[in-house]
Amino acid sequence: MTTDTKQLETLAKSEYKWGFVSDLEADAAPPGLNEEIVRFISLKKNEPQWLLDWRLKAYRKWTTMEAPAWPNVHYPPIDYQASVYYSAPKPKKKLGSLDELDPEIKSTFDKLGISLDEQKMLAGVAVDAVIDSVSVATTFKTKLKELGIIFCSFSEAVKEHPDLVRKYLGSVVPYSDNYFATLNSAVFSDGSFCYIPEGVRCPMELSTYFRINAANTGQFERTLIVAEKGSYVSYLEGCTAPMRDENQLHAAVVELVAMEDAQIKYSTVQNWYPGDAEGRGGIYNFVTKRGKCAGARSKISWTQVETGSAITWKYPSVVLQGDYSVGEFYSVALTSKRQQADTGTKMIHIGKNTKSTIVSKGISAGRGQNSYRGLVKIAKSAENARNFSQCDSMLIGQQCGAHTFPYIEVANPTATVEHEASTSKVGEDQIFYCNQRGIDTENAVSMIVNGFCKEIFNELPMEFAVEAQKLLGISLEGSVG
Amino acid sequence: MPAKMESAESFLGAYADFERAANTQPAWAKQLRQAAREHALALGIPTTRHEEWRYTNVSSLAKRAHALAPAANADAALITGHTWPALNGIVLTVLDGHFAPALSSAAALPSGVTACGLAEAIVKEHPAVQAHLGRLARSSEAPFVALNTAFLRDGVFLHVPQGVAVDAPIHLLFVNTGGSDTVRHARSLLVFEAGSRATVLEHYTGTGAAPSLTNAVTETFVGPGAVVDHTKLQQESAAAWHIASSEALLGEKCDYAAHSISLGGLLTRNDVNAKLDAEHVECTVNGFYVTEGDQHIDNHTLVDHAKPNGHSYEVYKGVLDERSVAVFNGKIFVREGAQKTDAKQDNKHLLLSRDAEVQTKPQLEIFADDVKCTHGAVVGQLDPNAVFYLRARGIGQTSARRMLTFAFAEEVLGEIEHAGVRERVAELVRARMAQAPSLRAS
Repeated sequence: MTTDTKQLETLAKSEYKWGFVSDLEADAAPPGLNEEIVRFISLKKNEPQWLLDWRLKAYRKWTTMEAPAWPNVHYPPIDYQASVYYSAPKPKKKLGSLDELDPEIKSTFDKLGISLDEQKMLAGVAVDAVIDSVSVATTFKTKLKELGIIFCSFSEAVKEHPDLVRKYLGSVVPYSDNYFATLNSAVFSDGSFCYIPEGVRCPMELSTYFRINAANTGQFERTLIVAEKGSYVSYLEGCTAPMRDENQLHAAVVELVAMEDAQIKYSTVQNWYPGDAEGRGGIYNFVTKRGKCAGARSKISWTQVETGSAITWKYPSVVLQGDYSVGEFYSVALTSKRQQADTGTKMIHIGKNTKSTIVSKGISAGRGQNSYRGLVKIAKSAENARNFSQCDSMLIGQQCGAHTFPYIEVANPTATVEHEASTSKVGEDQIFYCNQRGIDTENAVSMIVNGFCKEIFNELPMEFAVEAQKLLGISLEGSVG
Repeated sequence: MPAKMESAESFLGAYADFERAANTQPAWAKQLRQAAREHALALGIPTTRHEEWRYTNVSSLAKRAHALAPAANADAALITGHTWPALNGIVLTVLDGHFAPALSSAAALPSGVTACGLAEAIVKEHPAVQAHLGRLARSSEAPFVALNTAFLRDGVFLHVPQGVAVDAPIHLLFVNTGGSDTVRHARSLLVFEAGSRATVLEHYTGTGAAPSLTNAVTETFVGPGAVVDHTKLQQESAAAWHIASSEALLGEKCDYAAHSISLGGLLTRNDVNAKLDAEHVECTVNGFYVTEGDQHIDNHTLVDHAKPNGHSYEVYKGVLDERSVAVFNGKIFVREGAQKTDAKQDNKHLLLSRDAEVQTKPQLEIFADDVKCTHGAVVGQLDPNAVFYLRARGIGQTSARRMLTFAFAEEVLGEIEHAGVRERVAELVRARMAQAPSLRAS
């Protein structure tokens, strides 16, 4: 074994730095899933009848469905009756400001290095913090309100803007879409809602900090973003989760709607607990994300940095309905230890002169398995559609795997579709070159990998790009040669 | 969880009669067939719910009974125009799955080389037959391979002994005489021992306007250091269905090239699998297809790098006109430990009409870190700038489009090693493309 691979192995063994459990009093439903639980969740949240009906419709559909077997991931069957489908930190009273926040929750955020007040003052970021499915604090609301922007928790939106929610909920990801999205539709607990009115450019990056907390709680977030004509919004989603022994299921749904000339930029940094070196524990991240470019010249851009979770199964997609609309997907997925990722995108071209770009970078280390799975579909109506896809893989070590499954379906000859993929490894000569110049192996690898991912990081908002680079470094710690 | 299948009874109904007729076979061959029949029963006929058959619907085959095509009279008219005398080659003719000695000539072969009907080789128990037959065919996974093996009786057997070079191309001619609702299970076993060299042309032709099915399986063994150039040319009739599976096992330092050229058939499905089972193998897997009308062509390839230091090159290209549909699924597999693998794959489609459709899935599965793998896929139309360039130089619209389309084919056709085969195939491909409605002189 070369020194490089040895180094790699020591790095791979480094522990999850952000594993801790904060002791919050949870107001939880009994474990199990049935119609009563769905009603319980709905009642708990004081939801209107139409939403309960929608949930029940989804639940009944779900009972007739089977979990998908096609992804290139392996895990024991999930016992859906063993999970708790609702848990919320008990609010002592209604909060007027951040200072009144539960000190436990506050310190959780502090440990994560995202102190709310600090963010509020320094970064100018409005944070809708979600702990165990219920939004705890929302900042900068007043400022956004002046512009007519609605940014609130999903349950609040159901109460205060029922018409908007009713109009768009399920319009991109229908309740019957797929096994996990349907499960989410039945039992979703909370999430974020964002509405940008016509012609408004959102002046700050909107962000949610997700945390999975109480043990045995599946997390079922639901995010809905609507950008009206000519508006712009950039949305950040980031996550870290505490150490756990049992696998936790996370089945979120994100829906984006972009009207004429609107732009939505959605960035994710995901660093949930990946499980230990033997593959015990870790989060199952089964997410459905889809955006609809409903209007002409609209644009939706997904950027993701996926370093965590035991299993990642997500395909942020764009339906390019409006003429001249644009879809983008930039992704870095890193798997080490025994992590498995099956991720990619779908670009559905329907409108004329639509354009899509896919850049995916997969890094496999340790015993990680990384799959890119993507679909580019050019419908008959998509005159002059254009797609460019590039998926590059990097392998570190001899026990990992990299896979690509691109599906290309073209039904219009004026379309131009290109797909490229390559695979490479971190070369010993590259590391030697860095060593010679006084850079130790660990930093050298981090540097090379970061260079490999540069294209993606450039798409991230600044604060996130810094965090993402650090994350990649931490995830690769002890992993490289 | 296995996807839902249709019953294979429409094929297996003929099994009992067939079994009685085939009782001269040795016991091992019977066992092979019976095991395959069990698999065929279990696998059934795939539906589009099955990932390997996602874009190609063959479930209608389960709805109509398929009689085994009887042996046709060895009428020389059946092969007129399909043999290429200019090649001075060796011809082995198979009519509807039955070897036709009267239409075959193996006289020009160097001594030691065996080229005969497969039935004869099985009954005579040629040692290479028992050692190789059925070893590569994946009866347990592929439904049509299982059916072919269940009805295994005749076809072609070719054995080139160690160190022997055959200069003239060996022409395997499979004729489908086109009986309505019939099936012919054509089988070929090609064994090239260490250090041998040969050029093989596996050629399928057909007549008749009735729907008929060719279900072909070819097993190719390439020994250490052998050099084999294997061209498959498919020119079935416009009503025929053609399902073919070709499996190659490649030995150390051998050089194997497979060229799959498809011009005919209503529905074509080609599976080409090459396993690089030793080090330092050079492997080429190429394909070219031209479609029009309602033609549907599906090419599945698998290049399996099982050992280190293998090189593979793959280019599949298609020209599609009218409402035709092309499916491509190219898989490159690099197994754990197959270090220093260099694999390239390219898939390009040229769409000549508004209604043509392409589904392509170039796929990489890599389990080793010190490898170079690239794949690419492009779907597009003729570059209007290139057409304009030619027209500006006084070349007519149709000629310009033809010229560019012919050039598109060159990358694949140019790789065929034997000049005689290459030129004749290129001629046929060009003639076929010139007939495409969008390239026809108006």
